[in-house]
Amino acid sequence: MALEFRHVTKRFPTRTGKEVTAVQDVTFTVNQGEFVSVVGPSGCGKSTILSMTAGLYGPTEGEVLVSGERVNGPNPHVGFMLQKDLLLPWRDIVSNVEFGLESRGVDRQARRARAMQELVHCHLEGFEHQYPYQLSGGMRQRAALARTLAIDPEIILLDEPFSALDAQTKLLIQNSFAKVIAEQRKTTLLITHDLAEAVLMSDRILVLSERPGSVIAEIAVDLPHRDEPLRRRTLKEVGDYAAQIFTLLKLEEKAVA
Amino acid sequence: MTDATHDTRPAARPAGRIPQAAYAVIERRVQTAVSLAILGLVLLAWQFLPPLLGVPRYIIPTFSQCLAELQRMYQAEGLVGHTISTAIYTLLGFAIGSALGAAMGYLLGMSRFWEKVLSPYILALQIAPKVAFAPLFIMWFGYNAMPKLLVAVLIVFFPVLVNVLQAMRTVDRDLVNLARAYSLNRWQIFRKIEMPSTLPNLMAGLRIASTLAVIGITVGELVGGNSGLGYLIAYGGGQANAAMVFNAIILLTVIGFALYLVLERIEARVLHYIPRAQG
Repeated sequence: MALEFRHVTKRFPTRTGKEVTAVQDVTFTVNQGEFVSVVGPSGCGKSTILSMTAGLYGPTEGEVLVSGERVNGPNPHVGFMLQKDLLLPWRDIVSNVEFGLESRGVDRQARRARAMQELVHCHLEGFEHQYPYQLSGGMRQRAALARTLAIDPEIILLDEPFSALDAQTKLLIQNSFAKVIAEQRKTTLLITHDLAEAVLMSDRILVLSERPGSVIAEIAVDLPHRDEPLRRRTLKEVGDYAAQIFTLLKLEEKAVA
Repeated sequence: MTDATHDTRPAARPAGRIPQAAYAVIERRVQTAVSLAILGLVLLAWQFLPPLLGVPRYIIPTFSQCLAELQRMYQAEGLVGHTISTAIYTLLGFAIGSALGAAMGYLLGMSRFWEKVLSPYILALQIAPKVAFAPLFIMWFGYNAMPKLLVAVLIVFFPVLVNVLQAMRTVDRDLVNLARAYSLNRWQIFRKIEMPSTLPNLMAGLRIASTLAVIGITVGELVGGNSGLGYLIAYGGGQANAAMVFNAIILLTVIGFALYLVLERIEARVLHYIPRAQG
């Protein structure tokens, strides 16, 4: 098991002194090499799940395990990516990709070699000495993926990494991410509110309820071409899956109202 | 809005015939020419207007009278020494004040607690007119370089401090989280994330500080000095020698301007990764 949430509840103190429950009793597992998406209405605690996996903060109740080990702090086996590329504007692309390796006792030459290798995987060779502002949004996200892959994480966490891209770039970047992730057999957790994206890219989809978020459904996407969303997109079943999730989320909304 | 539609960028029309790059060169030359023409006009007015209006030389000396006085100051008043003295103390005051300001800004920026505790006092000191401390410093330290240096340090300190502190507060939390997720320690986060993130603000603070440093030193010299351009201003003023005061003011401006230009150069080099608007 690459990632496991066991009865995880997270409460945050608010300004007024009350507590707000972000996620409630969340239990799920992600297997080695699996691509799992988490969808749900906004504010349902999707990002909380991601932050707890990365070890930025711990759960209030329950436990999070990565590769069978309990997460107790920033976890070196986890790489995460946000909607923002979080590239350091003062570094060129290759130095940005090296960033994650700098606290790991990897020497300079090995870092550079590793970074260049990932830049090639992410089709950014030739851009290594450009600065982030010189690259398009899609290329910057690919550079961020290269940085994430450079630390050779056991799990990749993606928090809506495509939502700031325009529609066409989004399809292409989804495709290139899916390919690279499949090639390297990385376990991936994708947080998204784009239902089609979830269906196109995942093996399995977890549907969360409104806040406090808990898993209300788990859908196995039984379609080929996970490594090529552009091809999977042409399958007619995709629409059925999206519709199924849509219904689930709608129903949940009504239940709350 | 109507204005903009009226003259649809005079730049755009000739660009059709002349290559864009060549046009940019021409435009820059025209700018320089107009700029120099304005300087010429001001100098001419300065030279001929006061006599024409019957203004005596102890009120407004003409351009040529100022030049003659400059020559005299060079020969008889040790002008070069005074200028160098002021320039060096300005630089020193600027360097010490901004180093302290930046250090304090970063320290407070790392501790929410101390920032909260100290911010009212910092605000009070920031509002207090620093130049008013000059007589006090002279009472404490006597007629030497210390008072003017202290005034400059004090006046330079706050804009740098405030700029750095402001920048430390607004460092992207997600970048810091990314660094934490990559197991960087506190010092590495400071060196690799916070320090570079705050650099644009630090540079802006330094630019403001550079102009203030000149003020600090000048006031110190005015109030109680026997060297520097500020002293020459007080001295010339006492003798109703307006030309001397004019010259000293111009030289002070030159010192401040030089410091500013150097900083601008450094900034352009250090912040090369920030795309800047054309022109």
